[in-house]
Amino acid sequence: MVRRRAYGRWFADAVLVLIVLGLIWTSATNPNFQWDVVFQYLTHQMILGGLVTTLQLTVLTMVIASVIGVVLALMIISDDPWLRGVAEAYKWLFRGTPLLVQLIFWFNISALYPKISLSIAGVGELFSFSGNSITPFMAALLGLSLHESAYMAEIVRGGVMAVGHGQGEAAKAMGMKPMQTFGRIVLPQALRVIVPATGNQVILMLKTTSLVSVIALPELLYSAQAIYSRTFEIIPLLIVASCWYLAVCSILGVGQYYLERRLGRGHKSKR
Amino acid sequence: MTNQTVIATHPMVEARNIQKSFGTVEVLKGIDMVVDRGEVVCLIGPSGSGKSTFLRCINHLETINAGMMSVDGEPVGYEKRGNLLYELRESQAAARRAQIGMVFQHFNLFEHKTALKNVMEGPVVVRRMRRSRAKELAMAQLEKVGLAHKADAYPSELSGGQQQRVAIARALAMEPKLLLFDEPTSALDPELVGEVLETMRALAREGMTMVVVTHEMSFARDVADRVVFMDGGVVVESGPSRDVIGNPQNARTREFLGNVL
Ligand SMILES: Nc1ncnc2c1ncn2[C@@H]1O[C@H](COP(=O)(O)OP(=O)(O)O)[C@@H](O)[C@H]1O
Ligand SMILES: [Mg+2]
Repeated sequence: MVRRRAYGRWFADAVLVLIVLGLIWTSATNPNFQWDVVFQYLTHQMILGGLVTTLQLTVLTMVIASVIGVVLALMIISDDPWLRGVAEAYKWLFRGTPLLVQLIFWFNISALYPKISLSIAGVGELFSFSGNSITPFMAALLGLSLHESAYMAEIVRGGVMAVGHGQGEAAKAMGMKPMQTFGRIVLPQALRVIVPATGNQVILMLKTTSLVSVIALPELLYSAQAIYSRTFEIIPLLIVASCWYLAVCSILGVGQYYLERRLGRGHKSKR
Repeated sequence: MTNQTVIATHPMVEARNIQKSFGTVEVLKGIDMVVDRGEVVCLIGPSGSGKSTFLRCINHLETINAGMMSVDGEPVGYEKRGNLLYELRESQAAARRAQIGMVFQHFNLFEHKTALKNVMEGPVVVRRMRRSRAKELAMAQLEKVGLAHKADAYPSELSGGQQQRVAIARALAMEPKLLLFDEPTSALDPELVGEVLETMRALAREGMTMVVVTHEMSFARDVADRVVFMDGGVVVESGPSRDVIGNPQNARTREFLGNVL
């Protein structure tokens, strides 16, 4: 048996190899890449500090957004038209305006509300906060979380919808209370859909946090910018930041793979 | 015990003039039915006649619009205090449902849990049993339906007949006073129907009170004490199983039985 030769594919492969080699060659030999500068700054303390801020922002945002997202999803699924309406309006607002605009908005919230306080008549002030003292980190966390929660709501809702109606009904018929049914039966199965999608959101968020450099929060990108604004080594420092983004994304990708495999239990031989 | 004599005076299920509508569609138009303890009653009738809806009213998965439903002397969805009926809170309603087992056409086993965990779920979460005791109980129930060797299998690894038997074990683990079956064999391949019916027969022999919606006329004739034929949201004919199936009096019953037998 003589197999047909795939000349076309050999040709395409050869062209690709040439292109890749060419790219590696030019980036290694072009002195403007300044690889020595890249290596020098890769573990610079400002860069590492920025990386930590980026990671904190990513994790905190995703945690807050997931919690709000679950609540919003429950509101959207509920029979109550008011709850549903409020949740839909929230989604409409935060998905319909650019994140960049939202971030700048929260950073400048003091122009709108110089002082925010919560008080109950007869009890007094419970909570008070000066709009002027909002830090870039708080503005960033607020902006990213509220925006992301609108997307998480959609992901959670989709996951819950993917769980058969009979599952919740069987739990209810067995005498489980609504929250037990949701927490023990529906949500764990919805996670099979929610987790992969959320994994993608985490990876997206890691990179989206770079937007907050516009409100002067020293995360990874802003730290790189802070350095190159003094040294003018723009390209090497962008490479430094990119290396870290790539590294973290790769680790997250591996984690996602194992998490999804674990969640697949019970669905191995799904007919 | 004086309590015993009081309990024994009322039937397990008592339905009086049950009416139920979905929007403007009237699905149940005044159903009367009594199921005594230890009795097996089969509910038969064409599709869309309201059998499932009626069954779901018994364990309060649906609320009725008019009429009076009581299970074991207690009004479904309400609590009697003095001469007044107070609507139950959701947690109280859940506690009532825990006393009634339900087996569904499509099994509805929890897909993310093994057979054993499915059966343990109710005892652990609802009856708040210790895990070790719940496991013993669950294994005993799986043994009873002949599936102890499948304890660690996920539902997706079981045949339809096996899944339905696990679902029965799951209902039994709640030690219910009443079992409701909604077409338990309708989703099964013909060769798997027998094993499920056999399990149900054994339960009937043990004296379990059961209300069974089914299209298995031989099961209804041989196992049920009484058969109720429903059509268009009303009870058309009811009586001892041999009479209704062997010698139906109503023309609609005859026509229905002629089609399914
Ligand atoms: N949740 C619901 N909403 C609207 N209509 C329903 C609902 N459940 C059942 N029905 C309608 O009620 C009628 C009786 O349904 P059902 O009780 O399932 O009948 P059966 O079990 O005898 O086939 C059908 O016409 C069905 O479409
Ligand atoms: Mg039905």
